[in-house]
Amino acid sequence: MNIIVCIKQVPETTDVRINPETNTLIREGVKSIINPFDMYAIEEGLRLKERFGGKVTVLTMGPPQADAALREAIALGADEGILVCDRAFAGSDTWATSYTLAGAIRNIGAFDLIICGKQASDGDTAQVGPGIATHLNIPQVTYVKKVEDAKEKLLKLERMLEEGYEVIELPLPGLITVVKEINEPRLPSLKGMMRSKQAQIIHWGQKELNLDAQQIGLCGSPTQVVKIFTPPQRTGGQMLSGEMPEVVNKLAELLRSEL
Amino acid sequence: MDYLLTEEQKMVRDLAKKIADEKIRPVAAKYDQTEEYPWDVIKVIAEAGLFGLFIPEAYGGMSVGVLNLCIATEELSRACGGIAVCYAASALGTFPIVLFGNEEQKKKYLPDLASGKKVAAFAVTEPEAGSDASAIKTTAKKEGDHYVLNGLKHFITNGGDAETYVVIAMTDKTRGARGASAFIVEKGTKGFSFGKKEDKFGIRASSTRELIFTDCKIPKENLIAKEGMGFIVTMRTFDMSRPGVAAQALGIAQGALDHAVKYAKERHQFEKPISSFQGIQWMIADMATEVEASRALIYATARMVDAGITGVSKESAMAKMYASDVAMKVSIDALQIFGGYGYMKDYPIEKYVRDAKITQIYEGTNQIQRNIIGLQVIKEMGK
Repeated sequence: MNIIVCIKQVPETTDVRINPETNTLIREGVKSIINPFDMYAIEEGLRLKERFGGKVTVLTMGPPQADAALREAIALGADEGILVCDRAFAGSDTWATSYTLAGAIRNIGAFDLIICGKQASDGDTAQVGPGIATHLNIPQVTYVKKVEDAKEKLLKLERMLEEGYEVIELPLPGLITVVKEINEPRLPSLKGMMRSKQAQIIHWGQKELNLDAQQIGLCGSPTQVVKIFTPPQRTGGQMLSGEMPEVVNKLAELLRSEL
Repeated sequence: MDYLLTEEQKMVRDLAKKIADEKIRPVAAKYDQTEEYPWDVIKVIAEAGLFGLFIPEAYGGMSVGVLNLCIATEELSRACGGIAVCYAASALGTFPIVLFGNEEQKKKYLPDLASGKKVAAFAVTEPEAGSDASAIKTTAKKEGDHYVLNGLKHFITNGGDAETYVVIAMTDKTRGARGASAFIVEKGTKGFSFGKKEDKFGIRASSTRELIFTDCKIPKENLIAKEGMGFIVTMRTFDMSRPGVAAQALGIAQGALDHAVKYAKERHQFEKPISSFQGIQWMIADMATEVEASRALIYATARMVDAGITGVSKESAMAKMYASDVAMKVSIDALQIFGGYGYMKDYPIEKYVRDAKITQIYEGTNQIQRNIIGLQVIKEMGK
């Protein structure tokens, strides 16, 4: 089974702070990690490879330092890493990103399954996975919590719903996005880490992918960010104390004055 | 302090730290309480490839030496000295085969020990033979193609959970220490059983049991090296493994120090963090200096071993003795910084004190280490 896992390098969100003046992330000194949901995607890819043989290719779009995320995936057991990186792709929203990644996947050639994490921890859109399937015109199942059964050309999946789950069969080639209930990601092995240091990461830009210039980067992104703002921090409330009737009167008075 | 570690050594450190933080810390208190063998963590360490660090590549290991073993043991011990000793004791049981095993023995046993599929144990100690290894009573009598083992080993780390045992037994009682031999015994061999599991003060995640041999017949191919080499096998094994025990003590000390410093910054008294008081700062200064000195001694010794220098008994003994004395002192001082909270099991620090104590006792008490060091220093001066 030839599997492509799409990953994203994100800032470790537990550390992220926002500059209140510019409303942008303070990225200095913040560690970059593989999007936590993508770790489950990588793990599921590796487990399917262990069952069926084949190959796991990890694919990411990002700046040159996203190379580190691909190497981390190789340390876990992925066979190959591809970095889609070009100034022409800068400013992509989820539509342009999924268009570009779909272009890269066409460039890879034949595959059986694409696995994505359900969403990225920084953007939280959950749109890129479904976008890729749309651009490639292949079937997709989102929020997969279990691969019940797998055959060469058919997956039987459990898709998580708010209450319970549904069982869906997915003919391959297809795409799934996975939730954290699906598995417990492994840690890297020493041999894997050594291999990842040596690994050759494939770099593809617009020259290699030759995509429609109108559909990539900022120009291909219909999303308009109108305003980014930090919600004002909640200040402590006011506590009223005293006898019940007195407190009720005071509260009513305060509410009236606020209205 | 920068020890100028290679890329590979940094990788081992980072990987072991990741295992310690993500897989060991959350379960350390549980295993300390239940005394179950931490198989789930052992499996993670095995999959990471850390069991094979010092085992030659030809037999499925990584051939990256004793310093890497020390670095891994140190990082694992920072989170739990008990779980780390399950790992380190397997190395102890594997060293005799790496150092003295013949080609067939290496091929047969090392790959499973390198992959962590099986865990090893080393059995020297007996009820009447602790520091005095020459008092061993377990016998191995040659009968045709077999040796027949009879006797009792006790306080054996990984006993009962390990699959592969290296056992020291007397083949010729009349020759004293020179009549001891080393054998490989597999779990499940007829006549080989286990006694009670010890209820211990510390390192409670690890198992310690008696090994009982009752007319236990093992093939003569399981003899390591030659008859009479048992004592040499033991001493050379300890030379290799003592830096590892020292690293366990170092990890416990560092882990206790980490907790103490963090707590000192959080704990407020007299409207200030207690870390702002000179009394606490001086304690931290002494603790940090001693931990660093112990690390320097261990790494230097491990580098000698990896460089192929033989005759490192003195240095190994120094590293083991110093690091374990430091672990005891630093963990006690760390508990003191925690004050009354430190005495309670709700806080992690009292476990470090309990785990530290054994490092002064096993693999040769610190009194025996001082004998080794003292005699060697005097001998060197006489030259």
